[in-house]
Amino acid sequence: MHEFLTNLPVYREAIRQTFYIVLISVSVGGLLGLGLGLVLYATRPGSLLANRPVFVLVNVLVNVVRPIPFVIFLTAIQPIMLHTIGTTIGTNAVTFALSLSAAFAVGRIVEQNLLTVDPGVIEAARAAGARPISILVTVLIPEALGPIILGYTFIFVAVVDMSAQAGLFGGGGLGDFAITYGSQRYNWPIVYISVATIVVIVQAGQFLGNWLARRALRR
Amino acid sequence: MSTETGPAIEPAQMPDGVRVSGDVHVRLEHVDKIFPGRGRRGVPQAALKDVDLEIRRGEVFGIIGYSGAGKSTLLRLINGLEVPSSGQVLVGGHELTALGERGRREVRRDIGMVFQQFNLFRSRTVAGNVAYPLKVAGLGRDERERRVARLLDFVGLLDRAHDHPEQLSGGQKQRVGIARALATEPSLLLADEATSALDPETTGEVLGLLRRVNRDLGVTIVLITHELDVIRAVADRVAVLDAGRVVETGSVYDVFARPQTEAAARFIGTTLRDRPSPATLARLRATHSGRLVTVRVRDQAGFQTRLARTFLDHQVAAEIVFGGISELQDRPVGGLTFELTGPDGAVDTALAALRADGVDLIEEPE
Repeated sequence: MHEFLTNLPVYREAIRQTFYIVLISVSVGGLLGLGLGLVLYATRPGSLLANRPVFVLVNVLVNVVRPIPFVIFLTAIQPIMLHTIGTTIGTNAVTFALSLSAAFAVGRIVEQNLLTVDPGVIEAARAAGARPISILVTVLIPEALGPIILGYTFIFVAVVDMSAQAGLFGGGGLGDFAITYGSQRYNWPIVYISVATIVVIVQAGQFLGNWLARRALRR
Repeated sequence: MSTETGPAIEPAQMPDGVRVSGDVHVRLEHVDKIFPGRGRRGVPQAALKDVDLEIRRGEVFGIIGYSGAGKSTLLRLINGLEVPSSGQVLVGGHELTALGERGRREVRRDIGMVFQQFNLFRSRTVAGNVAYPLKVAGLGRDERERRVARLLDFVGLLDRAHDHPEQLSGGQKQRVGIARALATEPSLLLADEATSALDPETTGEVLGLLRRVNRDLGVTIVLITHELDVIRAVADRVAVLDAGRVVETGSVYDVFARPQTEAAARFIGTTLRDRPSPATLARLRATHSGRLVTVRVRDQAGFQTRLARTFLDHQVAAEIVFGGISELQDRPVGGLTFELTGPDGAVDTALAALRADGVDLIEEPE
């Protein structure tokens, strides 16, 4: 316990890093993924903006990227990272990779939830003279909002999970703290305190997500 | 009932004093609609074949047909949700096929649509549902609120404005659907099996509302249904759709009192027992030894007197053994089956006399 107290500033910094990585990844990945999901939904054959080439391209891209384990994905996109953010290590590099990875997962989740919206509702909007883009934003997203929020909550938890691997690339965070200050020094209290902190973050996120989804569904 | 007492809102485009002004609102000319088959090897399906139709401004026009007859496709051609494979669709003088999708969207804003499953937005309140087409049309918030209140009052749901659709009964949902369809003050309303998901009592309520929309607001209504009772209750004219073709068109009375096609005759049989079914006929035969003849009852003055006199003159005893008479557009329609007995040849001469007199009769098969 004494060890932990001396490392309290590092612990605080680790929490800050985890929040930094997770919040930015979920926000940026969430927005990109929303876009991907809308494109997947709208360009699907028979849909509002049916466009087979675009659909096939995006669909294949999502299918290719999603099964890649995060650690390998991060390694694989290092050339892209060098070009865009100028580095392949550190918190920002991890956040960049995590945002991209989350975007593809979110894209699929958004698409799936939009597909559950009753086609009759879309027809009603079309009959009212609404444009396809407007239908996507003002009808489809609101109609699927509850499940979409739950999907985002799921992604939040997955991102917290993946952020624990940030340490491998010098990204810091609670996972890194637990390994370098905890297990590698046989300092088990630090491991368990880190684990407990992650559990609390996940629980808080899940609770918030459930609450928001319930409000959206009015149940 | 609250739907009957709402104050009238401004007529959309009321032709002064004339309900059906006679000019054409919707015209379909030689319309074919062929859907490509599903998948690579799918066989193309012809949903509509050479459809000609003329719907007049201010009338309630019914399209009746069994499921799969092409009714929904026909309705969706009128608001441009589908485009014909060939032929022309004209709405209020606009040729939809020539307009392009953007132009068709504009036309759609002047056409309301009501659906069998209501298709309300679950994410919006009752008021939000009615306001949606107004948002699409770009109306300001104040004007939207004014119109929504007026429309909800018209359909008798002002007190439910802030509820969500799932809190409403089926009939109430459809009234919201109608209010939403009327939001932009359209001159044309399309109803896609609007009452088929409702119980009989609620059906009457919704049909009453549609009639009010037509009479008070002067809105032309095109409704599709598979139920003759719906047509009887509200339609002025009707088209019978069978396997993608319009097989009969005309006033509701003419089409169903004098059906020219098997399809139309089948529909009248569903609502009216105007002829004994084969099973009924077999039972009648068991207890009646005379000849069974069904006479079509139509809107003809002195019909029964002539019938009675002819039978009397030929010494034919006529016993009514089956029948049903109802009303279509306030005129009688139906059939009466007589058991006729008399001296040799008398029945034949009586029947010949009646036929010569213009009576429509059918000798039931042995």
